[in-house]
Amino acid sequence: MTVSSASPQLQPLLDKLHSAGTAETLRFAVEDIAAAQLSEAVPILIEVLGYNNPGAAVAAVDGLITIGEPSVMPLIELLDGFNYGARAWALRALAGIGDPRGIDLLVKAAVEDFALSVRRAAARGVGKLHWQEFTSEGDRVVAQSKALETLIQVCDDPEWVVRYAAVTGLEALGQVLESQLVDERPHLITRLEVMAQGDEAPALQARAQLALQRLA
Amino acid sequence: MSDAAENVPAESLTLEEAIANLQQTEDPGLRYYAAWWVGRFRANQPVVIDSLVVALADELNRSPDGGYPLRRNAARALGKLGEPSVVPALLESLDCDDYYVRGAVVESLGELGDKVAIPRLLSFLDGGVEAATMMPGKPHLREPYDLILEALGSLGATEAVGQIKPFAEHSVEKVQYAAARAMYQLTGESSYGDVLVQALAAPDLQLRRAALMDIGAVGYMPGAEAIAGTLAENSLKLIALKGLLETHLRQSPDDALTSEAIHSMDLMDDLL
Repeated sequence: MTVSSASPQLQPLLDKLHSAGTAETLRFAVEDIAAAQLSEAVPILIEVLGYNNPGAAVAAVDGLITIGEPSVMPLIELLDGFNYGARAWALRALAGIGDPRGIDLLVKAAVEDFALSVRRAAARGVGKLHWQEFTSEGDRVVAQSKALETLIQVCDDPEWVVRYAAVTGLEALGQVLESQLVDERPHLITRLEVMAQGDEAPALQARAQLALQRLA
Repeated sequence: MSDAAENVPAESLTLEEAIANLQQTEDPGLRYYAAWWVGRFRANQPVVIDSLVVALADELNRSPDGGYPLRRNAARALGKLGEPSVVPALLESLDCDDYYVRGAVVESLGELGDKVAIPRLLSFLDGGVEAATMMPGKPHLREPYDLILEALGSLGATEAVGQIKPFAEHSVEKVQYAAARAMYQLTGESSYGDVLVQALAAPDLQLRRAALMDIGAVGYMPGAEAIAGTLAENSLKLIALKGLLETHLRQSPDDALTSEAIHSMDLMDDLL
């Protein structure tokens, strides 16, 4: 435990967390920690993801996303050792942060995670990666190409909400596609057209139609 | 879905096995599960429909409190299979003395959409709110009023508005909201949609969840924002907004997306 070395800002919040007696007071304590936006709180927020307290986990994910960059490596390093429920929350945090270093994990989760809520968040995250944070244009092109391939694949997911996330991802990606990938753009548009005409869910058809309008 | 059987893997039965299980009477558990299975996997075949109608009159499968579990599952499955010819058999089952059988039948009649069921459903409202009291010794009302009201709304029973309206003042919240839902469907008056929106702030999560689904089902677009802001799981809010959007799309035959449709999709994007 690193409790003894916590800053004067964090310490009282940690005390509140450790004395929380109910799921609700625990959630309130986590919300306070998240609101403080202290990067030194990253380890404790990550620990909360494993508490099996959904309200607290939502607050912790929000906190990790707000803190942003300092959360990324601890999340990636810890993902392997996590229990299943905590993995899902950690992936959602990574998806929300959009850091380039999360791309491999997000791509994998979007395609093959067992839980549809994780595939949904990961697909959304793949489309909304912070492309300007890739260090070189070459890296960015490779990453976008991988993201495009992934999202087109996810458009075949059996769950409507995962396909919906993929469509929003394709729209976001279509707006920032690098010029080197100009030849790939028709694939993206064609996939959206197929969804707009033939997806079994009318909501998906509408969302794909909206994406096409916005990319026109 | 509240069925415990929901988690049983689909591949555990083939269609042939399900039909055989449904037709035999040796093992009530297998028959009960098969009745659920054919509904869940939409096994819409004449032999299945016939077997379910037989199961609606089953006397063998009895619960300790005198209920008819097989009849409940058979009634639910018939609602999902969309075969209109079963409506008379379902109407007959409304005389069953198992409250939960009647509830399942009412729901299925609403799903099947045949207006011929309206007069019989309406007869449950005879006596008005005063007669809609708790069943002595049971944890429920005399009739499944919430489901009856919902079915009348889905069936477009505009002639029933006068009888439905007082139920918006019933002492049980679930019944109030069902009445509001039906009244919105039948009259399009936004005050009833607003009642459902207020239910999104109910302290009870079950009520909030029900209100989410109700607003989606009736397509009350002004509720979109409130759905997104409700204290409930994102996955549920997404389903509610999808329902809302799809009801809206059905009601606006135009090919162009309306600003309401686009707004509801923007809200959905933020919940992913």
